Amino acid sequence: MTGGTIARRTPPARMAYWQALDSGRILLMAAAAMLVIAAFAGVVALHPARVNFLAALAFGGFIAFGELFRLALPGGREAAPIAMVGAMAYAMLLALPEQDGRVTYDALMVVAVAAIGMTVGALPHIAAGRSAGLTGMCTRLVAVSCVAFIFRPIVSAGFGNKSVYWVLQVSVIALVFLVGWLVDTLVGALIRADDVGARFSVAMRDEIRLQWPLGLAVGASVIITIFGAKQTGLIELAVFIGPLLVTQLAFRRYAGIRATYLQTVRSLARVTEVAGYVETGHSRRVSRLAVAVGRGLGLAEPELLALEYAALMHDIGQLSLRDPIPGGATLLVSAADQERIAELGAEVIRTARVLDDVAELVRYQSRPARGHEPAPPLGSMIIKAANAFDDMVGSSTDRNRSAAALERMRLDPVEYDAGVVAVLAEVAARRVPSRL
Amino acid sequence: MVSRAARLYIGLVVSTAAVLVAAVVACDREMQAHFWTPSPGLQHPLAALITLQALFLVCDSGATPMTSRQTRWSPSSSATLAAVVLLGPVAAALVGATALLSLQRHLRLAERLFNGAMYALSGLAAGGAYLACHAVPGLPNSYNLRTILLPFAAAATVHVIANHGLVWGVHRLNRGRAMWRRDGLESNLTLLLASDLGYACLGLVIASLWEIMGWFAAALVLVPLFVARWAMGQFAEQQRAYAATMNALCQAVETKDYYTRGHGDRVSRGAVMIARQIRMSTERTEAIRFAGMLHDVGKLGVPTQVLQKTGALTEDEFAAIQLHPMRGLEIVREIGFLFEALNGIMHHHERMDGRGYPMGLAGHEIPEFARVIAVADAFDSMTTTRSYREAKSIEFALGELRNGAGTQFDPVVVEAFIAAIEKDPWKLPEPAAKPADPTTVTVKDHDDPTAPLRVVEP
Repeated sequence: MTGGTIARRTPPARMAYWQALDSGRILLMAAAAMLVIAAFAGVVALHPARVNFLAALAFGGFIAFGELFRLALPGGREAAPIAMVGAMAYAMLLALPEQDGRVTYDALMVVAVAAIGMTVGALPHIAAGRSAGLTGMCTRLVAVSCVAFIFRPIVSAGFGNKSVYWVLQVSVIALVFLVGWLVDTLVGALIRADDVGARFSVAMRDEIRLQWPLGLAVGASVIITIFGAKQTGLIELAVFIGPLLVTQLAFRRYAGIRATYLQTVRSLARVTEVAGYVETGHSRRVSRLAVAVGRGLGLAEPELLALEYAALMHDIGQLSLRDPIPGGATLLVSAADQERIAELGAEVIRTARVLDDVAELVRYQSRPARGHEPAPPLGSMIIKAANAFDDMVGSSTDRNRSAAALERMRLDPVEYDAGVVAVLAEVAARRVPSRL
Repeated sequence: MVSRAARLYIGLVVSTAAVLVAAVVACDREMQAHFWTPSPGLQHPLAALITLQALFLVCDSGATPMTSRQTRWSPSSSATLAAVVLLGPVAAALVGATALLSLQRHLRLAERLFNGAMYALSGLAAGGAYLACHAVPGLPNSYNLRTILLPFAAAATVHVIANHGLVWGVHRLNRGRAMWRRDGLESNLTLLLASDLGYACLGLVIASLWEIMGWFAAALVLVPLFVARWAMGQFAEQQRAYAATMNALCQAVETKDYYTRGHGDRVSRGAVMIARQIRMSTERTEAIRFAGMLHDVGKLGVPTQVLQKTGALTEDEFAAIQLHPMRGLEIVREIGFLFEALNGIMHHHERMDGRGYPMGLAGHEIPEFARVIAVADAFDSMTTTRSYREAKSIEFALGELRNGAGTQFDPVVVEAFIAAIEKDPWKLPEPAAKPADPTTVTVKDHDDPTAPLRVVEP
C-alpha cells in the first residue's frame, strides 16, 4: 500500500537521470525500445490499405488522453488506466462498421500507435516539469505488445467475423486481457521489488492485491470499448471516455486521501521533537529503519503501513510525561517507565479507534523479545530494535558507532530478536547519509 | 422531520409524475408504440425494460454517500438514459419509478415516493427531450449514432437538471436557509454534476451494446461501476480514519495542559461556523477545520515552565510564547493541505491594528483564515474555565469580541460569528472540574483577550 518513500532508493534531484537506472529498468527500457523500433519498421512495410488510418488516429488520441490523466496510486505508484483501456482495446479490436467491418492492421501497428500515443500524452507532463513516467510507459507498452502479438493473429484468422458467437469472443478477450494484465503486474512488481528492496514474491502479492480492482475495471472497459466500437464505430470512444474519467476520479480521491493521511501522521509525529521530547528527526529515522527491516523480513504492504504509523508515533506517549527525558532517548529510562510510555502511546492511538493494530505495535514496543508470554508482535520487536539503534547512533553515519550499537544488540538476544537484528545490520550497512 | 411545505412539494411531485405518465400512456399511442411493439433488432422490449429496471435498482442500492447523508453518488441515471435511447420516454419513466423499491432499507416512505416520482419525471423529461430532437427510440448502430448523439446529449442534460432541480427543491423547502450548509445539496456540486453527466453517457454505451449482447451489456457496465463504488467507499473510510487519527493526535497534544483540553476541537468548530456564515467554499471550509484543530500545536514547543509561570513574563519568555505559531507551522508544513491553512496557523495571533505576533501584520494583510481562527480562538478561551478565573458567559465573550472588533479582530468575522451563533447556539463544554494533577495547569492563557500577557518592563 505505501511506505514507498521510506527505503526507496530514489535519487536526490541533482543526480542525473541515467545514474538512477538499475539493471531491471535498463532491461525493461531496452525491451520497449526494441519493440518500438521493430514496430516502426513494420508499419513502414505494412501495406497502406491495411493501416486502418482512422482507427489508429482515434485510438492513438484516446491513449494520449489517458496518459495525460494518469492516476497516482497509494505507495507512489502511477497508473494510466484510461490509456491502458485504449491500448488494450486497440490491440484486441475485432471489427469496425467502417470498411466492411474488417480491421486489418497487425501487432506491430498496435505497438507503434501505443508508443506514439503514450509519448504524446507524456509531453504535457514533461512540459509541466513532472516526471515523464518512462518506466510506467515501458511497462504498459510491453504488456500491450504481448496482448497484440497474441490477439492480432487470431483476428486475422477470422475471429472478428459475424459468424463467431459473441460469448466466445468476450471470453477470449477476457482471457488475453488477463495475460496482459499479469505481464503488467509482473513487470511492475519486479521493478518495485528492485526499487524498495522487497522480496519479489511479496512485491507481486502486494501488486496484485492493490491492482486487481483497477484491473477488473480496465478489463470490463476494454470489452465494452471493443464491442461498442464494433457496433457503432469510433465515435463510441468519445462517448465512453466520460464514464471512464468519472470512475478514475473515484480512485484519484482515494489515493489522495491516503497520501494526506500519511503526510499528516508523519508531520504530527514530529510534535514530540518540537516539544523537545526526542531528538530532531528521530521518529522519521526510526520509521525508515523499521520499514526497511520489515521489508527485509518479508512483510506485506498493509503490515508495513501499520509498522510505519507505529514507528512514527512510537514516542507519542511521552507527551503525557511532565518533563522530557534528557535527550529523548527512551533507551536510558527504566524498563517500567518505557512500558508506561508505550502504554500511554497505545492509549492515545486507540482513541482514534481505527488504528488498533498500530496501537498494539506501539504498546509492545519495549517488551523484550524473549521470556514474555505472549511474545510481542514482530512489528513491535522491529520498532524496539530500530528505536534502540537510533538512540545509540542517531543521525550519525559513523560505521564504528553503528557496528558497536549492533554488537550491543546482538549480545542481548533476550531484549532484541536475533532475526530482526540481523536484518537491521543489513539495512544499516546500506544506509546513506540522511537528508533530513 | 419533513416540513409542511416540503410535504406539499413531495405530494405535488408525486401526483405530477403519476398524472403525466398516465396521460402519456393514455393519449399518445405513438409513444407507446416504441415501447410495446418490437423495433428492429429489439425483439423483447419488455425483457429489456425489466433488465434496465434491475440495473437501476442495483445502481441505486450501490449509491455511495459522497460527503454527507443527503448527497449520494449514484450512477443509476445510466439505466434511465439507456431506456430513453432503447425504449422511449414512458419506459424511462418506468425505469426511474423503480426507485420506489430501492433496496436502501433506511429510506422512509415519503423519501421512496419522492425518489420514485422524481426519477420518473426526470426520465420522462429526458425522453421528451430526446424525441423533441427528432431522434427515434431504437437500437443504435453505426448509421444512426451520429444522428442521435446530439439528442442524447440534450436528454442527458435535461435528466441531470431535472434530477438536481427537483432534489434541490425539497432541500430548499425542508431546511430553509440551512441548505447552504455543507450537509446540503451544494457540496461538491460541480463534481456531482460532472460525474452525473459522465455516467449518463454510460446510458448510450449500454444501448450501443444491446444489439450484440442484450442484458449482458448491463452486467458488463456494472463492473467498472462497482469498482468505482468500491474506491469511493475506500475513500470515505480513509477520510473517516484520517479525521479520527487527527482528533486523537490533537487530543494527545492537549493532554499536557489541563484547562485547554478540547480547545482545538472547539476552535475548529467555531472557525467552521464562521466559514459557512461567510460562505467559504467546501474545500476551504474543510481546510479551516483542520487549521482550527491544529492552530495551537506549536505550543508544545514552548517550555512548560513558561506556560505555567505566574505573574509577568520576561522579554525572553514572552518571545518564547510568541514563537508558538511558527513552531506550529514547522510541524504542519509538510501536510499537503491548502496553503491557506498554514497561513491561518501561522498568523492566528496577528491583530487588526498590527500589534499582534509573529509578524505584526495589520488589517487585510492578515490572511482570512487567520482572522477567522483568531475570533474562534479568543471566544473559546473566554468561555472556558481557566485556573485564574471561571468561564465567562457567551454574551460577555461576544461583547468582548465586539469591543475588540477593528483593533484586535476583523469586524466582518466577528459579526459573522455572532450571526452564526444566533442561528446555531454554541454548546459550551462541561465546566472543567478541578484538575487531579496540579502540574498540568497552565496559569496564563495566551489566547485570553480579557487577561493579556504582561511583560516585565525593562
